[in-house]
Order: sequence, then structure tokens, then C-alpha cells
Amino acid sequence: MPAESTVPDALAPPFPALGAAPPLGRGRRLPFLSLTIIGGFVLVALLADVLSPADPEAQSLRARFTPPVWDARGTWAHVLGTDRLGRDLLARVIWGARVSLMAGVLTVLLASAFGAAVGLVAGYYRGRVDAALMRVTDATMSFPVILLALILAVTVGPSFTNVVIAIAVILWARYARVVRGQVLTLMELDFITQARIAGASAWRIITRHLLPNTLNTLVVLITLQIGYVIIVEASLSFLGAGIPPPTPAWGSMIAEGRDFVTSAWWVSFFPGLAILLVVLAFNLLGDWLRDTLDPKLRQL
Amino acid sequence: MLRFVLARLVQSLAALAILTVVVFVLARATGDPLQLILPMSASEEDYANARQYLGLDRSYVEQYLSFVGKALTGDFGNSLRARRPVIELIRDRLPNSLKLAAFAMTVSLLMAFPLGVLAAVRKGTAIDRAAQVIAVLGQSLPTFWVAIVLIEVVAGRLQWLPAAGSERLASYVLPGFTLGWFVVAGMMRLLRSGMLEVLDSEYVKLARVKGVAEHRVVWLHALKNALIPVVTFAGIYFSILVTTAIVVETVFAWPGLGRLAYEAITSRDFPVIQAVVLTTAAIVALVNLSVDCLYAFIDPRIRYAG
Repeated sequence: MPAESTVPDALAPPFPALGAAPPLGRGRRLPFLSLTIIGGFVLVALLADVLSPADPEAQSLRARFTPPVWDARGTWAHVLGTDRLGRDLLARVIWGARVSLMAGVLTVLLASAFGAAVGLVAGYYRGRVDAALMRVTDATMSFPVILLALILAVTVGPSFTNVVIAIAVILWARYARVVRGQVLTLMELDFITQARIAGASAWRIITRHLLPNTLNTLVVLITLQIGYVIIVEASLSFLGAGIPPPTPAWGSMIAEGRDFVTSAWWVSFFPGLAILLVVLAFNLLGDWLRDTLDPKLRQL
Repeated sequence: MLRFVLARLVQSLAALAILTVVVFVLARATGDPLQLILPMSASEEDYANARQYLGLDRSYVEQYLSFVGKALTGDFGNSLRARRPVIELIRDRLPNSLKLAAFAMTVSLLMAFPLGVLAAVRKGTAIDRAAQVIAVLGQSLPTFWVAIVLIEVVAGRLQWLPAAGSERLASYVLPGFTLGWFVVAGMMRLLRSGMLEVLDSEYVKLARVKGVAEHRVVWLHALKNALIPVVTFAGIYFSILVTTAIVVETVFAWPGLGRLAYEAITSRDFPVIQAVVLTTAAIVALVNLSVDCLYAFIDPRIRYAG
């Protein structure tokens, strides 16, 4: 570390209320179930080429609507059965994991990076900059996510990139709001004043002193939002404005099975179950992280 | 108090003004609207005439100002698909959406209250965990999947409730439950942590020492104070409800704004899309404004913190 920068750093203690996580004691066991489910789906998504029993887009009209293997008419060739076009459901659920997880993680990273930057700037400069940025944030928050994504899908055409952009363009506002709130509190503390007296630049205070102290909150919010984004992406694909066919996306798989629920329930059921498991795991992990890292943030 | 309300009102209006710019730019950025209106065989001259007739030959600033001016008087133009004034469509559909939202909000409150209070009173027990699981499940299930399952099982196989329509109260149950369950988790968590805090406070201890019955302590003394944070976040829940309603209304064929938006978007009916976005945003802003004022009224510290 360069010599001239050691002074503000030495003067900057971690913000006790937000920075220090309570020790992992009794009752704070790691959420093994959530971690296992998330880890499992991440592995499946990464190794889809190896694990998938069949080509997810290969049609076989003779084998259409084959029920799952435990049904009397089921076969081991299609463990979870097949859909309207005879495509293997297990293969499609496996490839769908890649689409859903990628969409969730990319969107949230994009939104949190932008939102955190806006929140840091607004909270640091306060005054007019803050007022202007917060009005934009409010306007963004009052725009229904799904509506914007639908508009984009129709005008620019549905695609993976457009879905990620459409959701991130709305979602950043939450991060901006939360980070700004924390920065306003942090700015009142002595260590920021001391950093200024020591001659630290705005850039240095924001990146070295403010950002690290908001990281806990960001991690909690990111985890909780991944689940929400996966649901929004699935909803868009379900409405036909998300990931376009024939790419296997869980939302559009449910939509394709919708008309056959009575005769072939499995077509819609398994992708729905996959969404439930992943989103539930992320939500439970987020709840656990919030209670562990940042008990004060009840509503994130 | 009046100063606070006025300041918040100006903020809401500013947010809406920004939104009108976004909506206007989006509508213009997405290609020439004339290509959607005029037939394939239209000549250059037809285009020029239509452009002049619709005012599309004027500068963007002029177009924007006339768009805002008309929108303020409720004039959003004609629907390209229905060939009727957009405002009529909104007037037809809006009440249905509001009724469904109110029903869903009631469902979520009816679920969140007992769950949140029970979880707090029985903290750390199986009841606490069960209550949290019910709440988190609602947040983790995709609403359209819940809707499909409910339509198939409750309306189809069991034939207990209607799957579509909006005339009878019974038709509200399935869409209302699907929509309401989705927001239970947030509310329940707030109530639970609020209750835990209040139950630990001095005045609740005093009430207990005085010999007040335990159920009165919990449901009257404690709950009243645990409610404040829930009120603050009512606006956020409402905007989540509005967004989710687009999906739920589409699956249940509910004649509300959400389905109108979906139909308008799939048929590229831009006047309708603009009107739906602005109406929705205005309602969300109005709800948030009322919530903030209500909160400032309940808790005077807010008015001066500003």
C-alpha cells in the first residue's frame, strides 16, 4: 500500500453496527439445504452438456406425451417423460437451469453495480445531486418491471439479452435506495470526517470507506433478488416475451404444457418444480444471510 | 404536516413527469407508428398526409407537450386495435383490477397476520418454522404455475370454484389467492420481527405485571405497535401486486388492466400501452403518497426528519 494512503485507512474503523457480523454461534447453523440445492443446480447448469440424457431440442413425434418413468406407460428412455413434440423433459429441465441461473445472476449483478453506484454518489454528494438522482429512482420504481420487458420484447424482439436488460433497468432502483440510505448514515460518522481531514479524495472515500461498509447489505439484497428475477424471467417467458423458443426456458415450458394439464400434467409440473426449488433455496439463503450479516434490515 | 404533504406531492409529480418522458421516448424509439397504422399498400403521399394529420411532422418537443397536455385531460387517443378511445378501455378495465387488488391485499393480510403473530409468540418452535415456510413458499412459487395448478385441481377436478370470469364473488377467490400469497412473506416477516421487538418492550412487560390477559397483551397492546412498519411497506407490496397482476390476470382471463396491457402489447397497440403504463404509475404513486402521509400522521418523528 502506498505510504500516503495509510493515514485515512488507519483512522477508519469498521462501522460496528453494519460491518461486524455476529459470530456463528448456536442457532446460526449454515443453511445446508439451500446451499445443497443451489450448488446442485449450479453444477447441473455448468455440466448440462455432460449430464443431459438427450438433445433438449430433438423432437420425436412418435414419443410425444410419454409419461414419467414411474407411470405404467413410462420408459427409462425419458425419465421425466416428454412434451407435445416428444422432446425429453429431463434434458429440457437441465438446459433450462443454465438459462434461468444465468438470467438471474447476470441481471442482479448488472442492477446492483449500477444501483450501488447511484446510491453511493447520491449519498456522498447529497443536496441537489441526491434530490435529482432520487427522483429518477422513484420514477423507475413506479414502472412495472413486467410491463417494460413486454414493451421491449415486442419492439426490439424477445431475446436473452433483452430480458436481462429490461429487468436490470428497473431493478437497480432498489439498490440505489438502500445503499443511499446507508451512506447517509455512514456520512455522519467520525471516520468519514477524519478521512476527509486526512485529504482523501471523493473517489477514495466512496470506494475505500463507503462501499465496503455497504457490502453486507448488498450481498443480502443480491441473494434475495436472484430468486425474484428468476420468477420474473420465467413469467416473461411464460407470456411469450422472454427467452424465445426453441431454447428450453422453464417459463415457456410451463406455458407449452398449459393446455395439456389435464392429460399430461408432467409437462408443466417439472419445470415449475425446478423454479420452486431454486427460488426457495435462494430466498431461504437470503433470509439466513440477512439474519446473520445484518439483522437490522428486516425488509429487504 | 401540510408542508410534508406538499413536499411529497411535488416529489410524486416529478417522478410522474420523468415517466411521461420515458414513455414518450419508448413509443417513438420503437419505430415509425405509421407502419403499424397504415396498410402495406400505402403510398408516400399517404404517409405524408397521415404524418401531418397525426402531428408527427412537428418537432419532438411540440409532440411531447401536446402528448402530456392531452394525457392530463384524459385524452390518450384511440386504440389501434379496438378503434375506441383509450380512456374508455381504461375506464372499463380499471375497476376490475382495483377490485382484484383489494381482494388480494385482504387475502395477504388475512394470511400474514395470524402467521406473523403466531410465529413471534411461538418463536423458535415448530409453529414458527411452519409459519415461515408457508410464507416463503408463496414468494418462491411462480404465480402462473400456482394459477395453472389451482385451475386444474380446484376449478377442474374438484369443481369447487370458477376458473374464469369476474361476476361472482367466488370468481375472485382463485386469482385473489394466487396474487395475495405472493406478497405474504414480506408482510409476515415484518410483523414477526415487529412483534418480537414489541413483546420485549417495557410497556408490554408492565401490562403483563398488571395482570392483563395474555391474548389481550398480544393482540391489542403489542400488535398495534408492530403494525407501523407494515404500514410503511404497504406501498411496496401494492406495486408488487400491480406488476404480478399482469401475469395472474392473463392466466385467469381477468378483464383488468393487466390483461389489457398484455393484449395491447401483443398487438402493438401503443396508445393503450402508454395509457396503461401512466395510469398504473399514477396509481402506484398515489398509494405511496397516501401511505407516506398516513405514516407521518401516525409517527410525528417522520414529519421533521424530512
